[in-house]
Amino acid sequence: MNILVCISKTPDTTAKISFKSDDTEYNSDGVTFIMNPYDEWYALVRALEITEQNGGSVTVINVGPASNDIVIRKALAIGASDAVRVDIDAPDSYVVASNIAAHAKSKTYDLIFLGKETIDYNGSEVGAMVAELLDLPYASYVTKLDINGNQATVTRELEGGEEVSQIDGSFVLSAAKGLAEQRIPNMKGIMMAKSKPLNVVAPIQADARVHVAKYTVPPAKAGVKMIDPDNMDELVRLLHEEAKVI
Amino acid sequence: MSVLAYIESPGGHFKKSGFEVATYASKVAAALNTNAVAVVIGKVENAGSLGQYGISKVIQVNGDSLVNFDSQVFTKVLSSIYQEVGANTLIMSHTANGKSMAGRLAIRLNAGCISGVNALPNTSGGFTVSKSVYSGKATATYGINTPDRVITVMGNSIQPQSTGSAVDVENKSLDLGGGKVKVVEVKSEEGGVPLPEAELVVSAGRGMKGPENWGIIEDLASALGAATACSRPVADADWRPHHEHVGQTGVAIRPNLYIAVGISGAIQHLAGVNNSKVIVVINKDPEAPFFKAADYGVVGDLFEVVPKLTAAIKKYKNQ
Ligand SMILES: Cc1cc2nc3c(=O)[nH]c(=O)nc-3n(C[C@H](O)[C@H](O)[C@H](O)COP(=O)(O)OP(=O)(O)OC[C@H]3O[C@@H](n4cnc5c(N)ncnc54)[C@H](O)[C@@H]3O)c2cc1C
Ligand SMILES: Nc1ncnc2c1ncn2[C@@H]1O[C@H](COP(=O)(O)O)[C@@H](O)[C@H]1O
Repeated sequence: MNILVCISKTPDTTAKISFKSDDTEYNSDGVTFIMNPYDEWYALVRALEITEQNGGSVTVINVGPASNDIVIRKALAIGASDAVRVDIDAPDSYVVASNIAAHAKSKTYDLIFLGKETIDYNGSEVGAMVAELLDLPYASYVTKLDINGNQATVTRELEGGEEVSQIDGSFVLSAAKGLAEQRIPNMKGIMMAKSKPLNVVAPIQADARVHVAKYTVPPAKAGVKMIDPDNMDELVRLLHEEAKVI
Repeated sequence: MSVLAYIESPGGHFKKSGFEVATYASKVAAALNTNAVAVVIGKVENAGSLGQYGISKVIQVNGDSLVNFDSQVFTKVLSSIYQEVGANTLIMSHTANGKSMAGRLAIRLNAGCISGVNALPNTSGGFTVSKSVYSGKATATYGINTPDRVITVMGNSIQPQSTGSAVDVENKSLDLGGGKVKVVEVKSEEGGVPLPEAELVVSAGRGMKGPENWGIIEDLASALGAATACSRPVADADWRPHHEHVGQTGVAIRPNLYIAVGISGAIQHLAGVNNSKVIVVINKDPEAPFFKAADYGVVGDLFEVVPKLTAAIKKYKNQ
């Protein structure tokens, strides 16, 4: 079983956010980047578990510039067999998805895993696009996956519930919390990662369909109003009369 | 060029998020000087009621292969209706199923896609629309470069407005072939308000000390008619079910009122809740970072403060 895992790079969750070029561009100066947690903790680890049980390999793919190699090496250190980087600083999800799909078409993967969303833009767009470009079923927000021969049983997380379904053959999956347990790379993995193949390939032609016209930072809160813990009637009054939420 | 709204109907009923999408679509249609058509898939009671939210026509699609959700099959249905009504904008809710299709439809319709928008678009000279990014620390205004557009609307971004009257429903049978996904079971949590839909939320963290103490949180939530939520360590320790976990790695919500009890306010927690309209923080530590993001704060022991707040709410409701 050969699995392709799509990994992306996002700013560390505690990073200070600022913008440049007249508020049209994210300012990455001094920002620490990490592998998107859904890709690292859940998608990659479940893919590794499956190939450990059934044989096969896990290839990771990233669409991005050379500065992304650091997260790709981390994925190799966690256990992926090899990696592909499509060398383009992609301007939108469509360009990312087109490049992932183009690579997937050139190889034969049984399964394609992604994270449920990147934590910077929370798009949740790439997985569905890849699935449509490859004309494959898509199981999104998967918290549980069992493989039995050619059939997979997946549990999807829905609003206020979940759905269990069976899918035959290849499909695209987006990983949510619960699918696996985070693995920390060990020294041996880190050493081995250095000699694993990381193939850099040229992007295909695809034009961005959306662009960011402007970023704005929300105004700071006016400041917290402190309420005496012995006067909860006052809090209720404020919630009703001032905040008008109850 | 009409605006097409896909309205989800889990279990044959519309939810609040569906009425939000209907309202959003009719406002976009008005701004573009056109009409808003709604499409529903499967049997829905009273589908024409969407007219009350400004929809001018409802198309109800039935078919043997449409009983359960399969993003591949539903995408074919929606793109075929989109072509048929001559739409150039498709609007859906930012739910698990909506998100599973938005990207697919963008590919099929050669459309630009923006997921999770939080306000109406600006249509004067183009089409720009905003969404919250970087854990709620910024808003990005996107422009769509293509003539066709697919948008998913974040819950609680617009108030459903019921002003019109019911409209006719056009029934349609479509069978575009079955998919490869076979749904074997759908489980829904019993009772209460589903968290992503809730307008009022009471949330608690590690300050609760243990799962056995949650009674006071449930009492406060039921006095308010609120949903309950929790911080990640609480869900990780199985004190509370996973679907209650809010934050960066859990659900992102934007209720009108978020009451945080015994939660320190780590940035990853705030990421899921800082778009709430009003935040109340109850914490015994006056230095807790959450107070910086709060509108109202109470410094005190939650085991004393929460029952007092519940009593005050009950008193107010009985007035
Ligand atoms: C990549 C990443 C992603 C993460 N994602 C999330 C996420 O999605 N959601 C999330 O919540 N966290 C997330 N976290 C964890 C987050 O950083 C915090 O560790 C977590 O939110 C802390 O939970 P807490 O506030 O319940 O507990 P604590 O930080 O332990 O805070 C407990 C609070 O309760 C107060 N308290 C204690 N006793 C009382 C009392 N008797 N009365 C009143 N107050 C009392 C204390 O003063 C303290 O402020 C993530 C972390 C990382 C690294
Ligand atoms: N540049 C990228 N390269 C490879 N995979 C990506 C990239 N961007 C996003 N993905 C994958 O797509 C998932 C969803 O991303 P998004 O649609 O941007 O929220 C991520 O969790 C990754 O698995």
